[in-house]
Amino acid sequence: MTREMTGAKMVVQALKDQGVDTVFGYPGGAVLPIYDEIFLQNDIRHILVRHEQGAIHAAEGYARSTGKPGVALVTSGPGATNAVTGLTDALLDSIPIVVLTGQVPTFMIGSDAFQEADTVGITRPCTKHNWLVKDTNSLAETLHEAFHVAKSGRPGPVLIDIPKDVQFATGEYNSPKPSTSHYQPVLKGDLEEINELVAAIEKAKKPVFYTGGGVINSGPAASQLLRELVDSTGFPITSTLMGLGAYPASGENWLGMLGMHGLYEANLAMHGCDLMINIGARFDDRITGRIDAFSPKSKKAHIDIDPSSINKVIRVDIPIVGDVAHVLEDILKVWKSRGRKTDAAAVKKWQAQISEWRKINCLSYTNSEKSIKPQYALQRLEELTKKHDRYITTEVGQHQMWAAQYLGFEDPNRWMTSGGLGTMGYGFPASIGVQMAHPDALVINVAGEASWLMNMQEMGTAVQYRLPVKQFILNNERLGMVRQWQELLHGERYSHSWSEALPDFVKLAEAFGAKGILCSDPADLDDAIMEMINYDGPVIFDCVVEKHENCFPMIPSGKAHNEMLLGEAETQGVIDSKGSVLV
Amino acid sequence: MSALHIKKGSNRHSAYNLRPTFSDVQERHTIAVLVENEPGVLARVIGLFSGRGYNIESLTVAEVDHTGHLSRITIVTTGTPQVIEQIKAQLGRIVTVHDVHDLTVEGPSVERELAIIKVVGEGDKRVEALRLADIFRANVVDSTLNSFIFEITGAPDKIDAFADLMRPLGLMEIARTGVAALLRGD
Repeated sequence: MTREMTGAKMVVQALKDQGVDTVFGYPGGAVLPIYDEIFLQNDIRHILVRHEQGAIHAAEGYARSTGKPGVALVTSGPGATNAVTGLTDALLDSIPIVVLTGQVPTFMIGSDAFQEADTVGITRPCTKHNWLVKDTNSLAETLHEAFHVAKSGRPGPVLIDIPKDVQFATGEYNSPKPSTSHYQPVLKGDLEEINELVAAIEKAKKPVFYTGGGVINSGPAASQLLRELVDSTGFPITSTLMGLGAYPASGENWLGMLGMHGLYEANLAMHGCDLMINIGARFDDRITGRIDAFSPKSKKAHIDIDPSSINKVIRVDIPIVGDVAHVLEDILKVWKSRGRKTDAAAVKKWQAQISEWRKINCLSYTNSEKSIKPQYALQRLEELTKKHDRYITTEVGQHQMWAAQYLGFEDPNRWMTSGGLGTMGYGFPASIGVQMAHPDALVINVAGEASWLMNMQEMGTAVQYRLPVKQFILNNERLGMVRQWQELLHGERYSHSWSEALPDFVKLAEAFGAKGILCSDPADLDDAIMEMINYDGPVIFDCVVEKHENCFPMIPSGKAHNEMLLGEAETQGVIDSKGSVLV
Repeated sequence: MSALHIKKGSNRHSAYNLRPTFSDVQERHTIAVLVENEPGVLARVIGLFSGRGYNIESLTVAEVDHTGHLSRITIVTTGTPQVIEQIKAQLGRIVTVHDVHDLTVEGPSVERELAIIKVVGEGDKRVEALRLADIFRANVVDSTLNSFIFEITGAPDKIDAFADLMRPLGLMEIARTGVAALLRGD
């Protein structure tokens, strides 16, 4: 249906037609016409953040916890440049978000006007695609196409830059139609390759599934199919940080997370396997460690919707380009039709070997009665919250790795963390986005105090919208991961990795009109966590933890999976000069 | 699309024809990229090369299909086989890219470049320049009493050879278009 309306009204209409119910944003001169339209309607809820970076991360949290694109609206110039970190974060983690930016009027573009920035130029490398709309008549089509691009294929962030005169002018609005653009990524995998993979599955003696965020992005059906395939073959499964929850942590074939701070049994299974089935992961450097020593004896299959992921880092034997759910469905179909065969005896032996590795109990740590160990804090948090309808976000650093190790995820879309970009300051605004999408759920941001401070202004947002997000801050007064690396690599010279002027988090919470809880005694921890859970409103939980705890297991930079460190024992000089240039 | 004389069968959504090699040998490839002629599309392609550290030896771009708003970018690049495969896959990811063709792999192809070359000199050198131009089938497109501008078309190494010969004869300036290339046959 075609209707005449202003560009600003089109924006709101297109969002409604795309099923958007929430927009995270911050007004400014170049988006005022759109804000005016938002004022005049009640279908779309606008959440006023305190900084544009917060808007993008909140949209990411919304997207990751719902599977729907998140939407953010910011002004020109500084509004757009503040969005850059969030866009890059969403690009590296393949999160579908649609960001609308205001721009100076078309006739002023290029004149260094007030709050003018070359937004499409600046964001070109950090979006999947972006558009500058110069004609109101093409605005509706561009908005609809933006949603199509954000969701299709490998999802990602898109940005539409809308000059103010385009918002004021009238043009024709068309409702969304199925996209006719040439951008239509292929979903089905090649059957020949799928047959080859099934043949490899039938013969494998030491197989392992290595899954990633692509399973989550593919939708709930992909997780279901993955569970069916894993449980009917009985093959062990590990996952990247991004893929936690696709297979349940309580599942009998679950090995735990792999990678730099992954579990011993998961990394050794990767190193020793004879068939590696990568589903929606991308052989990131946090996963592979030393490339030339990565899983040397295995045949490798790689399922990915993005052809550029295949053979980018690790050469694979069976490449399958396609959507995870579509490909898994075909694999199951073919495998079943060929008689559901596996080398059960060999796989049983392999499982026994893995059980031996598991006995190392790589997540064990020395607990303390005097101070709260961060691992203990997370174990208690897991114990006391796992029965709840729970969503976890994190910041970036040691606490993030501990959260991945000690918290269990039973379902996809329950775990929101900045994986690829490693954005400190991600978790708090993301928790706001998650809570908006799931008002009755228990949303916890597991944070470090340093990361948390990076976007602490969003307390204002949480309080204003009565979002009961729980900020569970493991406070070691250090940049813990930086400190750990300085200990291992830089002769214990702790250059600028601690803060001497931290706020009183309880008073800070109160200053914002929220609740603050301080806990430093392990004996009080359970009660304090229960108090946090039971409080109906935003909470800052200042959990004062042991200051010098290191995160283990750890594969040092430049080392292979089978060279991982398990504990404090001997960590000096383990990273050679070649490894120390890696991050 | 057929008017563009580009063969079907791009590898944009397929990894099956990846050559199974991670060798260190540097290869030179000519890649034709068919893109939507929208503002910023060249910046996307060039930004991809600079952002990911790929080489550009030469790049030409022009609209080739006015009604379909399509431009053809011809890029000559060098890299290991793995890098070349990555370049093609990364180009294929760009939303406004319609097709990516590696003419070096899909070949044989015809490559042509145009150059205009200003040679300044008098006496024997001037005569020699004109004689060599004739051998290379270069045309004189401008002349004064002590200068010529030659126009020469050919494969890049033919232009290199001609420019090398002109250098001692008074080569002042050279402007080259970069490579345009098409697959042979139909």
